[in-house]
Amino acid sequence: MEERTAEHAAPSDERSGEGEPSGSLTGYTVGLAFALLLTGASFLVSQTDLLWAPGVPAGLAVLAVAQMGVHLVFFLHISTGPDNTNNVLALAFGVLIVALIVSGSLWIMANLNANMLPASAIMEMQR
Amino acid sequence: MSAAAGTAQLPGLGSTLASGSEGPAPVRIVVAYGFWIFLLSDIIMFSALFASYAVLSGQTAGGPSGRTLFELRHVGIETLCLLFSSYTCGLGLLAIERRRLRDFYIAFAFTFVLGATFLGLELSEFTGLVARGAGPSRSAFLSAFFSLVGLHGAHVTAGLSWLIFLVAQTAARGPRDFVRRRLLCFSLFWHALDIIWVALLTLVYLMGAR
Amino acid sequence: MGKLSWSAIPFDQPIPMAASLLIIIGAIAVLVLITWKGWWNYLWREWLTSVDHKRIGIMYVLLALVLLLRGFIDAIMMRSQLAFAAGGAQGYLPPEHYDQIFSAHGTIMIFFMAMPFMIGLMNFVVPLQLGVRDVAFPVLNAISFWLTASGALLVNVSLVVGEFARTGWLAYPPLSELQFSPGVGVDYYLWSLEISGIGTLLAGINLVTTLLKMRAPGMSYMRMPVFCWTALASNMLIVAAFPILTATFGMLLLDRYAGMHFFTNDGGGNLMLYINLIWAWGHPEVYILILPAFGIFSEVIATYSGKALFGYRSMVLATLAICVLSFTVWLHHFFTMGAGANVNAFFGIMSMIIAVPTGVKVFNWLFTLYRGRVRFEVPVLWAVGFMVTFVIGGLTGVLLAVPPADFVLHNSVFLVAHFHNVIIGGVFFGAMAGYNYWFPKAFGFTLDKRLGIISFWCWLIGFYLAFMPLYALGLLGMTRRMQHYADLTWRPYLIVAEIGALVILCGIAATVAQLVVSIRSRAQRRDLTGDPWNGRTLEWSTASPPPSYNFAVLPRVESVDAFWHQKQRGPATPPQHYAAIEVPRNSPNGFVTAIFAVVTGFAMIWHIWWMAILGLACAALTLIAFGWMERGEDHVSGEQLADADRARLGRMGPA
Repeated sequence: MEERTAEHAAPSDERSGEGEPSGSLTGYTVGLAFALLLTGASFLVSQTDLLWAPGVPAGLAVLAVAQMGVHLVFFLHISTGPDNTNNVLALAFGVLIVALIVSGSLWIMANLNANMLPASAIMEMQR
Repeated sequence: MSAAAGTAQLPGLGSTLASGSEGPAPVRIVVAYGFWIFLLSDIIMFSALFASYAVLSGQTAGGPSGRTLFELRHVGIETLCLLFSSYTCGLGLLAIERRRLRDFYIAFAFTFVLGATFLGLELSEFTGLVARGAGPSRSAFLSAFFSLVGLHGAHVTAGLSWLIFLVAQTAARGPRDFVRRRLLCFSLFWHALDIIWVALLTLVYLMGAR
Repeated sequence: MGKLSWSAIPFDQPIPMAASLLIIIGAIAVLVLITWKGWWNYLWREWLTSVDHKRIGIMYVLLALVLLLRGFIDAIMMRSQLAFAAGGAQGYLPPEHYDQIFSAHGTIMIFFMAMPFMIGLMNFVVPLQLGVRDVAFPVLNAISFWLTASGALLVNVSLVVGEFARTGWLAYPPLSELQFSPGVGVDYYLWSLEISGIGTLLAGINLVTTLLKMRAPGMSYMRMPVFCWTALASNMLIVAAFPILTATFGMLLLDRYAGMHFFTNDGGGNLMLYINLIWAWGHPEVYILILPAFGIFSEVIATYSGKALFGYRSMVLATLAICVLSFTVWLHHFFTMGAGANVNAFFGIMSMIIAVPTGVKVFNWLFTLYRGRVRFEVPVLWAVGFMVTFVIGGLTGVLLAVPPADFVLHNSVFLVAHFHNVIIGGVFFGAMAGYNYWFPKAFGFTLDKRLGIISFWCWLIGFYLAFMPLYALGLLGMTRRMQHYADLTWRPYLIVAEIGALVILCGIAATVAQLVVSIRSRAQRRDLTGDPWNGRTLEWSTASPPPSYNFAVLPRVESVDAFWHQKQRGPATPPQHYAAIEVPRNSPNGFVTAIFAVVTGFAMIWHIWWMAILGLACAALTLIAFGWMERGEDHVSGEQLADADRARLGRMGPA
């Protein structure tokens, strides 16, 4: 973490501000309110019969993603402004990788497990 | 543009497009971006553990499963602690950017207390499970559970240590540029931990308790 | 002292004992030499505490070259064993030892030879090509290097104290679990790779940030050199893939140390989960290695053809395509392990698709050479050798990507031949091309050309002799990692392979000789202009070697191949105004952190808990102490910059 000179501190340096919408008390509070709502909803969905039972996992996933979005926008200030493009792209790349790893692993492991002999048959072979 | 602008965000660079053709970006942006990339790598590490948990969650080896072990009220309090500590962390960043040091110390004190409460609750949950014979060596499911939730807890612990260090440094050096950069990085870290907790809460506890 | 005792030293085994003595004597000799010549001060100030990307890059490459020797000795021991151990003969290496050798060979060559070589070259070149002064986080850069060196040290300590893993370079469970590997070997493997893995991840973060946020004024993305694009893709892959490695090894460590059941046979563990995750890292890893090599070849071919690279845009797209696709193919490493036809079909098709962008690159290189005025300097030899060799290796890869074919060839020496084909022909040839190409920039004099040519031909011929027989043997049914074999008809092939290894040994000897001779006669091959090859990119606009700050004034970039176009516009005119700059001070942070990392790793391996806690605490204290201190910067005034520039222009002679 080192200082750089005037030569590196490009046209817009720290004093003149970065010129984008800044965090504000309102922003954080609204974010908190949304997050609380979504958290409550998640608990309700999982613990009561509010949602049709087979749809609960999907519902929980949607609520979780929504809450992550709330965090990203209101707390981490991810936006779609031109100066934020790198951040959004990095996030998108990260999300892609996570999706590939998790879905790929689940698909592969499910198939592998399905093709395995049942435990009883393995125990028989070992006798 | 006053110095109060541009607080706990991932700073961009005014009119510069993402092509960055105005020369190297200012330090604050470089540092924040590097830290963001680190956070993404950390999230990928968690996702490997999430995948492992998903694969192993049914492997209870004849032992207890999530349904018998998880206490959702406990988890709910943990969630609120972490969420509110994220909020107070944000308020602390606002305060330091506006050079309101007293507000900053108060906000970060709350952040620490809430985070420590979360950690204490989690530790009590772990020790309770171990006492019931449901420790991490009992089954693959429990190994995955303890490791995934434990890794998050380890990150929270590291975060709290970092918080103390940064508050001490702020007190000693004042709200200088490099100190504020580090506080920005800390807040990114803290918010990211809350995001990971959302995933943990949903996939491990809420789905597991059904 | 935990499990550590005098019996850890292999007094009763002659070969490891001899090797250990060799290493110890060598290390002591180096230390004595440095002390006698009074070089410690210089070494500490200029290298061990340096945060300059150029110095760090050179140290990475030096580490790679040293570990090349260790890894190659393992290789030649294996080839010699197989040349003898036919029919009933047992050869000279017992199985327990042979298993450690092939495990160490793979681990060292991938993690401590290929990775450091590529990271070193990227470290040295990228900031220069981007027209900036250093990477985004110089101190972190130093920490990354020293953590990698720590891992390398631990692996070599295993030769002297204890043993290494016998599990192959990826340590599959259940063999790598405590039940079947109760010794310290797997622990050496896991801890050294966890430590160096952190170093690599940090380096990845550093370079991605540098490439995306720090470029000279005017250098938009599409004006970056192609090597920078491949460096970006490679480092994005590091950031994405290495966390998986850390997590997976972490889980195996938890199994071994805390009795958990991630991959064990009992308690519900699933060994295939390890294999799945480790290859989800492992496949991107090989692209991490090859992409910078592709970039090196793009630079080398364009420069020595005197032409712009053909198809810049398609090169960039192909690179990014490979980057993303590399995360969609990993199952092809375990087609035979029971995922079924549908899964195999998907991953097989993706594995074939990923060959297409590479094909695009090969055509672009050919079209660059076509109608160029090609100068056959040493890097071009490596490039042409690469194009032929890598294409063959790639074709066998596409063959292996067909699941039914893979069912016959999986884990045979056909596979061994394939991956050596692409790694040697691709990664290593690229490393050698880059080494010869950028050496004058790093040191101010070129390498001896004749010995470079000899080295290349020995490597090329030696490679074909060593590995083409293995393709045939794989089809004949020979599996990999065999300590001895019954079928005497295999023997002639293995003898040819042994001869090939000996020819490669000549190649390595020639490379070492080339370095020694070049240093001795450097006065005759000084690079006074900084541009010995009539280069196209910005690194050639600096002095050789560049000053610590690279550029007195950051260049203004107006096109791709920025330096070439500057030269077309006329001789360099000195800048009008030299602003003062600040250069980051050296820091012992990296070196000290690494020492504690080694202590902690060693202690964890031998279950010396108090030492582990102490090491970890000291590492944490180092972090805190350095974080607390404010590092000053060294000030370089405008006059000093102007003087240095003028002196250099004077050395270059009149325009």
